[in-house]
Amino acid sequence: MLVNQFLLLGAALFCIGVYGVLARRNGVLVLMSIELILNSVNINLIALAGLHGNTAAVTGQVFALFVITVAAAEVGVGLAIVLLIYRNRRSVSLDDIDLMKG
Amino acid sequence: MVLQNAFFGMLAALAVVSALRVVTTRNVVHAALYLVMVLASVAALFVLLAAEFVAAVQILVYVGAIVVLFLFGVMLTRAQIGADLDLDNGQRGLAALVALVLGGTLTWALIDAFGDDKLPELSDADVAARGVRPVGDAIFSTYLVPFEVVSILLLAALIGAIVLARRD
Repeated sequence: MLVNQFLLLGAALFCIGVYGVLARRNGVLVLMSIELILNSVNINLIALAGLHGNTAAVTGQVFALFVITVAAAEVGVGLAIVLLIYRNRRSVSLDDIDLMKG
Repeated sequence: MVLQNAFFGMLAALAVVSALRVVTTRNVVHAALYLVMVLASVAALFVLLAAEFVAAVQILVYVGAIVVLFLFGVMLTRAQIGADLDLDNGQRGLAALVALVLGGTLTWALIDAFGDDKLPELSDADVAARGVRPVGDAIFSTYLVPFEVVSILLLAALIGAIVLARRD
């Protein structure tokens, strides 16, 4: 297998995630798109680490595990913030959150 | 080798199509379920790359915990049942343009940098040297301090989420 197969798949998922972050209005869906981005990074980490021998492969896997953990923490706090916005405004539309706009 | 490539093609197509559905579907619950498809196919790709432990953690943490959290979020924010036409903002064209330009640049850079580099053929000993045991050894020796720091991060995130979301 070519390493580029995996890297290009990671790039495709990353771009789809970026599209989702930019084009979605619902806060929960934006968080889902961020998950897509983080997952594509994991594919990259493991594919590239697999290129350079067994020790590097193990290091890449450990880094991917850390990324998964941080993603879990991020979703927990992110969804709590979205819930708080919903409770205060009865809407999760990110277009309505424009208090900082001059 | 041929079989590996065939499986890669199937899983990659499944992942990309499901990911496109996540960002285009009009139903929030369907988006979460398509996210499960993406995460499961990526887990299968990790198995293809001889990273079984990461694949298992991906299923446990992502599919088992994060997607369930998303479904709770969907439920608690009273998302509309069925199709919701108000999920996208007015920047779809611009967002697609940004994504396409980014994708083109990344594709060009990756092909330029890695060209035809092949992943090494793994013997059984190689697969064992990348398996669960060496990963566990690495986490609890070389990466022990980062591992403990990450557990504190998770605890902080947990407490933060509770403090943010509780009614007072």
